[in-house]
Amino acid sequence: MKKSILDLTAVELGRKIKEKEITVREAVEASLAQIEKMEASFHCYVTVGKEAALKRADEVQKQIDAGVLTGPLAGVPVAIKDNMCTKNMLTTCSSRILYNFRPTYTAEAVENLERAGAVVLGKTNMDEFAMGSTTETSAFGETKNPWNTEHVPGGSSGGSCAAVAAEECFFALGSDTGGSIRQPSSFCGVTGIKPTYGTVSRYGLIAYGSSLDQIGPVAKDVTDCAAVLETIASYDKKDSTSIERKDTDFTSALTDDVKGMKIGIPKDYFGEGLDLEVKKAVLAAADVLKEKGAVVEEFDLKLVEYAIPAYYVIASAEASSNLSRFDGIKYGYRTKEYDGLHGLYKKSRSEGFGPEVKRRIMLGSFVLSSGYYDAYYLKALRTKALIKQEFDKAFEKYDVILGPAAPTTAPKLGASLSDPLKMYLGDIYTISVNLAGLPGMSVPCGQDSRGLPIGLQLIGDCFQEKKLIRAGFAYEQARGPWKAPAMAGASGCGDSFDSRKEEPASIQTAGEEN
Amino acid sequence: MANIISDETIEYVGILAKLELSEEEKQQAKKDMGSILDYIDKLNELDTAGAEPMSHVFPVNNVFREDVVVNGDDRENMLKNAPEQKDGAYKVPKTVEN
Amino acid sequence: MAKQYETVIGLEVHVELAAKTKIFCSCSTAFGGVPNTHTCPVCTGMPGSLPVLNKQVVEYAMAVGLATNCSIHQYSKFDRKNYFYPDNPQNYQISQLYLPICYEGGVEIETAAGKKTIGIHEIHMEEDAGKLIHDEWEDCTLVDYNRSGVPLIEIVSEPDMRSAEEVIAYLDKLGLIIRYLGASDCKLQEGSMRADVNLSVREAGTEKLGTRTEMKNLNSFKAITHAIEGERIRQIELLEEGKAVIQETRRWDDNKEYSYAMRSKEDAQDYRYFPDPDLVPIIISDEWIQQIRDRQPELRTEKLVRYRKEFDIPEYDAQIITESKKLADLFEEATAICKKPKKVSNWIMGETLRLLKERGMEPEEIKVSAGNLAKLIELTEAGTINGSVAKTVFEIMFQENMDPEQYAEEKGLKTVHDEGALRTTIEAVLAENPQSAADYKGGKEKALGFLVGQTMKAMKGKANPGAVNQMLKELLQ
Ligand SMILES: [Mg+2]
Ligand SMILES: [Zn+2]
Repeated sequence: MKKSILDLTAVELGRKIKEKEITVREAVEASLAQIEKMEASFHCYVTVGKEAALKRADEVQKQIDAGVLTGPLAGVPVAIKDNMCTKNMLTTCSSRILYNFRPTYTAEAVENLERAGAVVLGKTNMDEFAMGSTTETSAFGETKNPWNTEHVPGGSSGGSCAAVAAEECFFALGSDTGGSIRQPSSFCGVTGIKPTYGTVSRYGLIAYGSSLDQIGPVAKDVTDCAAVLETIASYDKKDSTSIERKDTDFTSALTDDVKGMKIGIPKDYFGEGLDLEVKKAVLAAADVLKEKGAVVEEFDLKLVEYAIPAYYVIASAEASSNLSRFDGIKYGYRTKEYDGLHGLYKKSRSEGFGPEVKRRIMLGSFVLSSGYYDAYYLKALRTKALIKQEFDKAFEKYDVILGPAAPTTAPKLGASLSDPLKMYLGDIYTISVNLAGLPGMSVPCGQDSRGLPIGLQLIGDCFQEKKLIRAGFAYEQARGPWKAPAMAGASGCGDSFDSRKEEPASIQTAGEEN
Repeated sequence: MANIISDETIEYVGILAKLELSEEEKQQAKKDMGSILDYIDKLNELDTAGAEPMSHVFPVNNVFREDVVVNGDDRENMLKNAPEQKDGAYKVPKTVEN
Repeated sequence: MAKQYETVIGLEVHVELAAKTKIFCSCSTAFGGVPNTHTCPVCTGMPGSLPVLNKQVVEYAMAVGLATNCSIHQYSKFDRKNYFYPDNPQNYQISQLYLPICYEGGVEIETAAGKKTIGIHEIHMEEDAGKLIHDEWEDCTLVDYNRSGVPLIEIVSEPDMRSAEEVIAYLDKLGLIIRYLGASDCKLQEGSMRADVNLSVREAGTEKLGTRTEMKNLNSFKAITHAIEGERIRQIELLEEGKAVIQETRRWDDNKEYSYAMRSKEDAQDYRYFPDPDLVPIIISDEWIQQIRDRQPELRTEKLVRYRKEFDIPEYDAQIITESKKLADLFEEATAICKKPKKVSNWIMGETLRLLKERGMEPEEIKVSAGNLAKLIELTEAGTINGSVAKTVFEIMFQENMDPEQYAEEKGLKTVHDEGALRTTIEAVLAENPQSAADYKGGKEKALGFLVGQTMKAMKGKANPGAVNQMLKELLQ
């Protein structure tokens, strides 16, 4: 059976473009056609820049032909999570408060991709300001899981992960503050990496929790993820927390060999709350690695239960400050009628932010307020230090920690929002990785009885992405090819579009991309 | 500690965060914040006395820029995003009373 | 008033550092400029932008700390101070609360009452805010972010001052030190130095501090003096009436000469400080401190001591000259060349200060070099040019800094030492002014002055007045 363009992985497509089997325009057109066909069903994108992508496709083709662009991603269409700034292209964080914001600069990670010749198709939907685990808190409507549209794609990078699953792009960028790449990757049956903190520049990433945020790749397989991470990782003088690394040749770790690799399975990740089918699939994946020669054993990873409360204090505190710049003065949404300066602030922000964002801003303002700073904020930072110590201990013994990415498969739409605390608890396996600054990866490892994907999470010590890639790649070789979901065709949705559904009533829709 | 969330607290936090909540939202916020803080109080089980508060995971220090002017003037493009502008400046309601 | 009250004052002094770029971005700090042209995503608080610290700012802060006898925190961090205001584009100011760069220092001041040390609690680095321009026409406010992110240090004193006089002496002293370091020009009127005054009163003899208020927007010594006096009286009156002083921020209105409370329920003073996650700690090694120490110029106090030992000039001159590092440098360098400290001092105290005042210039703007000043002194001493010619030449040197010898040569200003020519000229002058000659001979001493003047005029100023005087007397005998 001949593969269609869309079935190719990013690296396969890049190779065929280089070998002149496929033109960049053909690849971009194939993606745009798929977007047109599927968007009405899935709503992965907030903004698609059709004209810009086609124009860019021709430019990239010329540079490939001229031998200027030679990398594996040259000519490959990519989708960008809408919390990364893209010059002149709408960047909304899926929030009304940024409904019309066009940055004057491009995020460093995206620039790295563009330098490598990737073609940006558009911006993907997300939980508003990356706050959420389902992509339902988007001000522009939820994204649906391509495996079953009654289910959420996970979040907050739900649009990116669903777009890769639905083949509406060849790969995507997501961001991960508490699991926002790994959990939706797990729910959508795609592969995603959250790199070591500081590996990918945060310049141009609209901050949620600055000390936790990290951009990473979402793709069809481990090979693509490694190639993308290799491209976006860079030491950036514009980001003071960026780290100079010499070991970012991640594709060199794509070897099918885990002999002697020590893999630890934290018992605490397999207790109460973990879905039985997920548990079975993840342990089966561990067995696969064992059969390939890895040494797998159980151990006690302490303090797991304290990661979530510490995370919500730290992330909310940082968010309350990071999001204070959205005030209706320099950019974004300004309410129409207001009484004085403070009225302008309060009304613009109250109308501009959704309930989950407001909840976290309120929580963050509270834990930092006079009298509570020590009890909450400092306490959380001390807990973070202890959690880091626990991981340090674990990595003295193990190369990789293996567990589920999420306790369940994708829940049904609407099932999570009613109880925020319950939604927060879903991040139990991913959050501590962000607190400790570690790299983590999610690789599809099966489906539940309803056909929903299950994700295997691999966690590495800081700067040990290569070990994750090696383990993930070896597992993938044994697992065999992962198929795309059987997607029901969907009606088209017209030309280049702006799919934001919930414009503030008083403001007209911003025009097409330029 | 959940009882610390009173109406006054919600009102006060609203002022700090510049959020204006409807009566209904306030009641909801009180409930949500109470239950989340209750959950966060779980941290009190943990003895953290020996741990230094950790802001940054990695000991990266002394990241500096040299004192050289390189930025150009990008005023026009930046002001395009402003909800209201006048004479090349961002326009806001009057800030000084009397 | 039966009770005696003591005024207790602490100062928060903001000083704009002389760095070329802003504290966290590479935008220019140049004063003025078309609104919002010295801006970028960082200093306008655009989403996704990130701060990167200017090293020069750290070094200036360390230099000021060392010069004010502070200790340096060798592990220092930035914190965010959260509050909403349109001049603050991120709605938080990046500042330092928990680990400010300098702490526990002090400077000595001198007032009529004698010497006294004012403690410095800390010095921290922070960013300045943008400028708000009130638009009368539309009754709105316009925001210009050119100043947003300009580097500041905030020098927080202990509550050690007791009067406006001490406050001014303290500000003078700080300004002098910081100007010497070249870290700022410290101009109160132009806002490169700004003082917020924390003031409380207490019954004389009591230990406990009273409730303080903070006064902002004081941009002249006059405003500071008046604001302190007004606030002192206001607080004493409240206490006398049995009322409480409320801890609050008050804004000084320079036109009305009155401070009013900035009270609003929207301005809860709860800044929710926390370490800025976008910036990393500053670790200052012993070597780095030593480097800054080695680079420190000799400060005024040390200079004065040395001047007393090395130079035979009046104490008054030394005081004035050392008030500006530029003047002190000019003095020392010119003296090193011509070895005539008193003469150099005279030129500085006389013509230099006169021209500065007349032209409203700062000493930093003086163009004349020490070498040329020394040369001018040598020319005068040698009688190559006379005193009045020297003044004329200096006035031009002050602006253009040319070689005085070459100039005098080209313009033909050198004193004529030809005795024959002088005699001929004087004889002609006496012939033209027989009445004056007669007057002098008749005992009118004044007439001689007139004849000297006429001779100098005829010689186009190039004669040596002493020689003219002598020869006239000779010929009139
Ligand atoms: Mg300050
Ligand atoms: Zn700037």
